[in-house]
Amino acid sequence: MTDTPTKVIVDCSTGEQTVVPLTAEEIAELEVAAAKAEQDRLAAEAEAATKAAARQALLDKLGITQEEAALLLS
Amino acid sequence: MANTYTLIASNTLSSSAASVTFSSIPSTYTDLVVKFSVRTTDNDTMLVGLNNVTTSFSSRVLEGNGASVASYSNSSSGRYIGYPIITTTSTFANGEIYIPSYTASQNKPFSAFTAAEANATTAYITAVADLWSNTNAINEVKFTTSTYSFVSGSSFWLYGIKNS
Repeated sequence: MTDTPTKVIVDCSTGEQTVVPLTAEEIAELEVAAAKAEQDRLAAEAEAATKAAARQALLDKLGITQEEAALLLS
Repeated sequence: MANTYTLIASNTLSSSAASVTFSSIPSTYTDLVVKFSVRTTDNDTMLVGLNNVTTSFSSRVLEGNGASVASYSNSSSGRYIGYPIITTTSTFANGEIYIPSYTASQNKPFSAFTAAEANATTAYITAVADLWSNTNAINEVKFTTSTYSFVSGSSFWLYGIKNS
């Protein structure tokens, strides 16, 4: 059995700190938002890796290094 | 230029929690900054919410982990502020968000910076330029993980900064 997740609320006007169990709706919202964020992060990483691989493939085809390519473009 | 730095409130978790919220933030400062030291119960993304609103966030993210780098726009998940991995036992990621002019009647740009700590070949460092397209004064800042929680010992400090 898993404990119900809690949330901590700090009231800045009183300094009071309370610990409240999450509602089912709040748990569902957190899961959706975080899954989306993780999906975006992985997609961005995959895109960056694809670009890096394509860049390296082109350099290999041209037979030059990344530094030499930068020189050509400077 | 900020010339004061006042601790408004802080919290160190005595048990794990899925979120930490600073509510009823006074409007008497110019800027807000939250410093945090966090560890999650499993590898997890870290998100921020403002005024109990989770929409109208968009961001530009610069991220590297020692093996790869990424730079991207994040319009659908602009609340993302970092990836505090837990590769190494008992290490805590650290970071901050800075919210300038948090009471101004204008959209709210803010920045976030998070660095994971790990004795490993990869660990994420994330810098985010964020925009919350909402003109309401900010009176609540909330930090969440995703399906996991912040562990006991995770700490958050909310500071107010005045420009005079």
